[in-house]
Amino acid sequence: MQFHHHVLDNGLTLVGETSPSARSVSLGFFVRTGSRDETPDVSGVSHFLEHMVFKGTPRRSADDVNKDFDRIGANYNAFTSEENTVFYAAILPEYLPQAADILADILRPSLRGDDFDMEKNVIIEEIGMYEDRPTWSAYDQARKAYFADHPLGNSILGTAQSVRSLGRDQMQGYYDRRYIAPNITVTAAGNYDWTQFVGLLDGLCGKWPTGTAPRDGIRPTRGSRSFQVVRKEKVIQEHVILISPAPPATSPLRHAADTLAMILGDDSGSRLYWALIDPGLAESADMSFHDNEGNGAFFTTLSCDPEQTEENLAIVKEILRDVQAKGVTAEELATAKSKILSRVVRGSERPMGRMQALGMSWIYLGKYRSVDDELKSFEAVTLKDIRQVLDEFSFVDVSTLALGPLEKVEHAKK
Amino acid sequence: MPQQIYHHSFPNGLTLLAERMDHVRSAALNFLVPAGCVNDPVEALGTTTVLAEMITRGAGKRDSRELSLAIDNLGLDRDETVGQLHIRFWGATLARNLPAALEIYADILRRPQLPEDDLDAVKALALQDIQSLEDEPQAKVMVELRRRHWPMPLGRDRRGTPEGIAAITAASLRRQFKRNFAPKGTILSVAGNIEWESLKKQVERLFGDWQGEEKPPADLRPALNGQAHLSKETTQTQIALAYPSVPFGHPEYYSAQAGVQILSGGMGARLFTEVREKRGLCYSVWASYQTFKECACVLCYAGTTNERAQETLDVTLAELRRVAQGVEDEEVDRVKAGLKSSVIMQEESTSARAGAIASDWYYLGRVRPMEEVQAAINGLSADSIVAHLRKHPAKDFTVVTLGPKPLNVPTV
Repeated sequence: MQFHHHVLDNGLTLVGETSPSARSVSLGFFVRTGSRDETPDVSGVSHFLEHMVFKGTPRRSADDVNKDFDRIGANYNAFTSEENTVFYAAILPEYLPQAADILADILRPSLRGDDFDMEKNVIIEEIGMYEDRPTWSAYDQARKAYFADHPLGNSILGTAQSVRSLGRDQMQGYYDRRYIAPNITVTAAGNYDWTQFVGLLDGLCGKWPTGTAPRDGIRPTRGSRSFQVVRKEKVIQEHVILISPAPPATSPLRHAADTLAMILGDDSGSRLYWALIDPGLAESADMSFHDNEGNGAFFTTLSCDPEQTEENLAIVKEILRDVQAKGVTAEELATAKSKILSRVVRGSERPMGRMQALGMSWIYLGKYRSVDDELKSFEAVTLKDIRQVLDEFSFVDVSTLALGPLEKVEHAKK
Repeated sequence: MPQQIYHHSFPNGLTLLAERMDHVRSAALNFLVPAGCVNDPVEALGTTTVLAEMITRGAGKRDSRELSLAIDNLGLDRDETVGQLHIRFWGATLARNLPAALEIYADILRRPQLPEDDLDAVKALALQDIQSLEDEPQAKVMVELRRRHWPMPLGRDRRGTPEGIAAITAASLRRQFKRNFAPKGTILSVAGNIEWESLKKQVERLFGDWQGEEKPPADLRPALNGQAHLSKETTQTQIALAYPSVPFGHPEYYSAQAGVQILSGGMGARLFTEVREKRGLCYSVWASYQTFKECACVLCYAGTTNERAQETLDVTLAELRRVAQGVEDEEVDRVKAGLKSSVIMQEESTSARAGAIASDWYYLGRVRPMEEVQAAINGLSADSIVAHLRKHPAKDFTVVTLGPKPLNVPTV
């Protein structure tokens, strides 16, 4: 696999990895914008805009966009997070020019008023769908509670109300500010020719407007340390989410943080597994490490019978207290590394996995990280690094949100 | 690069399949054991799900923790899925760890400890699994759809019932294991950076002396079909429906698949275009094909706000029926492009290939070479698809809805 990098005159960055043994190519356009870049009056606009990008351009109707992708057998989609909006397609190598043409074209959308009004319904349906899923509802509200007034707490979907009141011109304004060449990274991985690719993308995107798209509010936060119970009588299980601070995406401690989350909360063989799942106390319990620009967070989730909630929550807190005091063992660290090694290798075997990893690494670190670089970083994690994560990002600073049938949840400190 | 596919049938009835993939560092394995939930005793529905959870809690000489640690130290990601007919054991790790992983699976499949002390905990998990379905309306509506649509016991939910779980004992679980885990009918498939000869030798050593007889197939009772509504105060109404199709291996199988792809193969496909893009009725709408050896169906789902649920159902049903009236060449070309690229991209995933060769073997008794699949896709035409859809039109629907109010389902 070989790495390549090129910046067009307008500031659009191209990064790629070529691998002649791959059967396909994955291509992604990463726009550095998301819910954290929204003001309250346009809450949900990043995600709504992601949908509108598929609604066509001067050259293509919405129907043309879908059909042009389908015609080349593309596996394509998009997603919006707190800080990235990503459009991607996996195609057979011979269709790379067409796929690049479609993606580059739709990134300059018409945002037609009738499409805007129609798509609003779809977004409101999407919000309705998630409302009926308590695990997701709990996640969204827990983030809001933890981050409080920090922009990372902004809801990605927005609310039905915020989306309803959003106007087409507000979206156009947001688009003009955020979708400029220096704020976009195009990433390709798989079987293709780099020189041709650069020529192709220069032809397609070389005239895109340039400028600066600053991001405000990168300030670190330790969270609100709040405890909230959201009562939903019709929900059957109690869904609890604990959020605590963790290293940000640029931190050299991120591999240690990821490893720590795996030791504590992987879905098999972790401390949470043995304490809650193995004895049948909870239906699910896990921990994961999420990293953003300027902030990171550990998310610990628990779903269980409401009657069991207080006891289970006490067990979770005890696990956090214990690891905070004593750290992890050398055996746990070695086992976690074996799991990670296998997952990193397998995740990198498909161009789609590499394309995503390349893009994220470039956006956050401004540098290339090969699969072996990543493996080495995990291999190098020591007990001391994990201790440092615990010391700098304490589990004491945890915020908790429980959503379900319970009216209150006792969480007396023992 | 030509595919490198291997096969060996052992005298005891175990089938070993492998595909060598030179360009990867990993390997995936897949056991299909014919011990699915159709084999649950009627008085103890949920037995197979409990067995699949118990079976990894200690095996051979290792207790539950030792086994878990051994698996983790191999970097083996795994899961056990209970289907109607099979329990699927899936695992993937670095190719160099595959032999050690197989040693562990030989213990799990042949010598599980099924520790009595863990049974209450596992039963508690099984009960929570049933309960939590209430918090997942989409999964819930599909469970009810399958229950009504398939002949019993094929329509069973693997989760079982609270009464069924309560009836399970350590002894009944052991009986279930003994009766259902046998080499006959079991398929082991492996894909990745593997060496065939040493793999075959190892599997012979680990499983060659495995004994046991295959059970006769379950007797099927006619399906309930018809309509049902599950009443629940939700933001969205869930709509699920199913109608018969032809099974995998049928001469018209590819046409049937193409018919489903025309409805739901990409964002330009009919359901997405008509229900979501043109009318904005929902976020999620799709159709998919599901098959057993003797019967198959098209499953269709839409989730939509209550006020627009009736229109969504009407438009969806109209699209399902309209497709037999004719398809355009353009649509067929798009379907072919989608199917072809998924066949080729499958070659990049060890898990996908391990799954595909096992399923080919189960349904067809052979592995389809990639050229055969590509030729069949190339052979699709608007005429062949429409001819198939006219012979097997969308009718005899089973319809299940979940939400505050039942919908008006026109009788067909």
